[in-house]
Amino acid sequence: MSNRLRALAFGLVGATAMAGPAFAVDLEITCRCVIGGVNSATAEWIQNSVIPAFEAANPDTKVTLNQFGGEDAQLTQQLALDFSTGAGPDVTAFDGFLIPSFVEGGLLKPLNEVAGPEVDDWSGWAALSEGSRALMIYEDQYYGIPLGTDVRMLYTRKDMLTEAGIDAETWQPTSWADILDAARAIKKVKPDSFPIQLNAGVAMGEATTMQGYWLALLGTGETVLDENGKWIVGSQGILDTLNLYKTIYVDEQLGDARAQLLADGRNRSFANFRDGVTALLFEGDYFYRSVTPEGSEFAVPDRDKVMGWVKIPAEEPGKGIRGQDFVTISGGTGFVLNPATDTPKEAWALLSFMNEPARLEAFQAIQPRITARTDVAIPNSPFLTESSQELLPITTARPNDPDYNAVSAEIQRMTESVVSGELSPEDAMAQYRDAVIRIVGEDNTVSLL
Amino acid sequence: MTAEPTTPEHPAKPARRFALLSNRAGAVFLTPAGLLVALFVIIPFFWVIFVSFTNRTLLGRTALNPEFVGLANYFALFDPSNFFQRGQFGFSLILTTQFVLASALIGQALLGLLLAWLIQTVPPWIKRLTETFVIAAWILPEVVIGFAWFAFLDRDQGTLNAILGSVGLPKGDFLLQQPFWVIVVFNTWRGAAFSMMLFNSAFSSIPPSYFQAADVAGASSWQKFKDIALPLIRGHVVTDLILITMWTFNTFTPFLLTNGGPSYRTELLSIYNYRVAFRDFEFGKGAAVGVIIMLINLAFALIYLAIGRKKRV
Repeated sequence: MSNRLRALAFGLVGATAMAGPAFAVDLEITCRCVIGGVNSATAEWIQNSVIPAFEAANPDTKVTLNQFGGEDAQLTQQLALDFSTGAGPDVTAFDGFLIPSFVEGGLLKPLNEVAGPEVDDWSGWAALSEGSRALMIYEDQYYGIPLGTDVRMLYTRKDMLTEAGIDAETWQPTSWADILDAARAIKKVKPDSFPIQLNAGVAMGEATTMQGYWLALLGTGETVLDENGKWIVGSQGILDTLNLYKTIYVDEQLGDARAQLLADGRNRSFANFRDGVTALLFEGDYFYRSVTPEGSEFAVPDRDKVMGWVKIPAEEPGKGIRGQDFVTISGGTGFVLNPATDTPKEAWALLSFMNEPARLEAFQAIQPRITARTDVAIPNSPFLTESSQELLPITTARPNDPDYNAVSAEIQRMTESVVSGELSPEDAMAQYRDAVIRIVGEDNTVSLL
Repeated sequence: MTAEPTTPEHPAKPARRFALLSNRAGAVFLTPAGLLVALFVIIPFFWVIFVSFTNRTLLGRTALNPEFVGLANYFALFDPSNFFQRGQFGFSLILTTQFVLASALIGQALLGLLLAWLIQTVPPWIKRLTETFVIAAWILPEVVIGFAWFAFLDRDQGTLNAILGSVGLPKGDFLLQQPFWVIVVFNTWRGAAFSMMLFNSAFSSIPPSYFQAADVAGASSWQKFKDIALPLIRGHVVTDLILITMWTFNTFTPFLLTNGGPSYRTELLSIYNYRVAFRDFEFGKGAAVGVIIMLINLAFALIYLAIGRKKRV
C-alpha cells in the first residue's frame, strides 16, 4: 500500500470511529442556564438530577446538557436558525409565548406528531393545571410540557422606603401616583438613587414588554389587542403608559435611563436593586427565587428583612383591566421537542421523564417555584404561597398569536425612543402604529383615539 | 538569421508560450474551484435577489407561505415618510456614509499616510516599533479587541475614565453619549495599519536621490511631501482609498462595541442588515438590503477595476 493510500485508509477508519456512537442514543438538551450563573438551579437540576436518573433508567442513552449563557433573545435566535435547518438540541427549554410564531413558521411540530401516540397516553397531562397547559398549547395541540408559571409584582426595598419616611411594612400603592410619590420621596433623601425600575428599551428584549410595558398598560384598562383580536395601535392607554415612562426616565430621572439603553441593562437593574440604588422594581417572582437568593450574583444582603413586595396598582383604583384595582401578567416556560430530532421516541422519553413528579420534587428541593403540576406541592415558601394566592386570580396572559413576537419587538423600540428622549410619546406611538401595520396589515389594527 | 526561429514573435504574444498546462488540464483543475464559486457565490447571489421580492420571514405565517411582493421591500426601504428615522434604512445608509468619510478616508487613510511619512526619517528601531504596534491593532482577533475597547471605554470601570479621573478631568460616558465617534476612532485605530503599510512601501519605492536633491535645494518636509512623494504615489493612494472605503462600508466589528445602539445611533448598514434578517427574521426585507449593499459594492469594485486597468495602460 502506498503511503497516500495508507493515509487515506487511516483517515477513513478515524472518521468512522468518530462518527460511530459511543452509546446507542445521544440526546442533547439545551436551556438558558449555567451552573453558577443564570438560572443556575435549572442547570443544576438537569445536570445533577435529571440526567443521572434518566441514564440509569436508560443505560444505552447518553444525555448532554448545553448550558447556554447568552440572552433570551439570542437563544431564540439560535433555536430559530437551528430548527429551520434541522439542527439543534433534541429537547430544549422554551418560552411559551414563542410557540405560535415558531409553529406558524414551521419550526415546531405537535408533540404527538414528532414522537407518536405515546404522547397522548402520558399520565402527566391529567396532572397539569389547565392554565399551565395553555402555555404550551397552540390551536389545540401540545407543543411542549410546561414547567411552571410566574406572576409579576413590585419589589420594594424596605430600608429605602423607611429612610424616606414611608411605613414600609404597610405600604401598598393604589395608583401610579402613589408609586411616583414614593419614588420622589426617596429621590429627595437620596439624590443619587434611581428609585424606580420599569423595564424599557430594545436591549432587554421581552423583559421590556413583560416586566415593563404590560404592567403599565394593563393598569390603564387596555391590552395590546382589543376584544375583537385587533392590535391597538393608538389609544389613551398607550399614551398614558409612554407618559409614565417619560415621567420616570426623562422628566424626573426617577429611573436609571442608562440601564435601559445598555446592552447589559437588565443586569444593571438587578445590581441597582442589590446596591440600594433602586427601591421599587417591577419583576416576576423568579427575581425572588432565582436572581436574589444568597450566593447568587445579585443576592440582596439580609434579604428577608430588606426586601418586600406589593401588588402592582392600576393607573387609578378600578381603572385596570377588567376593572381591577391591581394588575399582573403571567408567562411560562417549559421544554419542547426539536421536530427534526433523530431519536424522537427517546427525546420524548427524556422530556416526559423530567416532568414526572419525582423529578420535579427534586427541582423544588433545589429551588421552589409555582409548578405546572397539581400533584407537585409548592414547598414551604411563604413568598411563593402568598404571591401565588394573591396574584394568580387576577393575572393575564399574552396573546397566543404568531405576530406577537414581532409586535413585542416594536413595543421595545417604542419604549426605547421615549426613555432615550428621542421621541415624544405621540411620535413614538405613531412610529409604533406604522410598524405594527407593516407586520399585521392595516385591517388587523385599530385606533381607539 | 539562424537565431530567428528561437525568438519568434517574442514581444507580441508572450502569453501562449508560458502556458503551464494544456487547456483541457487547466479546465479540469479549475472545475472544483468553479463549482465552489457557483455554489457559494453565484447561486446565493441570485437566491438573495429572488428572496428580496418576497415577504419571507423565519417565524410566523409568512415563513411557510411567503408571497411574491414585487418591489414592495425596496419601496419600504426608501419610504420617504420614515427614511431618515433612526432604525430605518435611510438613517443607516447616511450613517454609514458619514462613518466611511470620517473613519476610512479621514481617519485611516490620512493617519496611515501621516504615520508612513513620519517613519521614513526616524531611526530604524523606532520605525519597527511603530509598525509592530500599528500592525498589532490590525491582526488581533476582532472579538478580542471588541472586548478590550469595551473595557477601555466603560463608564464605571473603564481604563480611559480611570486615566481621565487621575489627571482631574471629568469622566465621560462615551459608549452612550458619543457612540458614533467611538466607532469612528475605533475603526481608525483598527485600520490605519493597512494604509500605513501600503504607503510605507510606496514611499520606499521612491529613489532616495529625489529627496537628496530636494534637500540640497533647501526644500521643507512639507514641500518634499507635497511636490515629490504625493505625486509619485498617487496610484497607491487611489487603490488604498477604494479598498478601505469598501472594507469600512461593509465592516461589522463596531457591533461588538455598541450592538448598533444606543437607539440605533451606531447601526451601520451591515448591522442594520443583520438586525432585519437575523434578529427580526424578516428575510425578504433583509435580502433587499443585501441586494442594495451588493450593488454599492459592485460600484466600488468597478471603479477599482477601471482605475487598475488605466494604471496598467
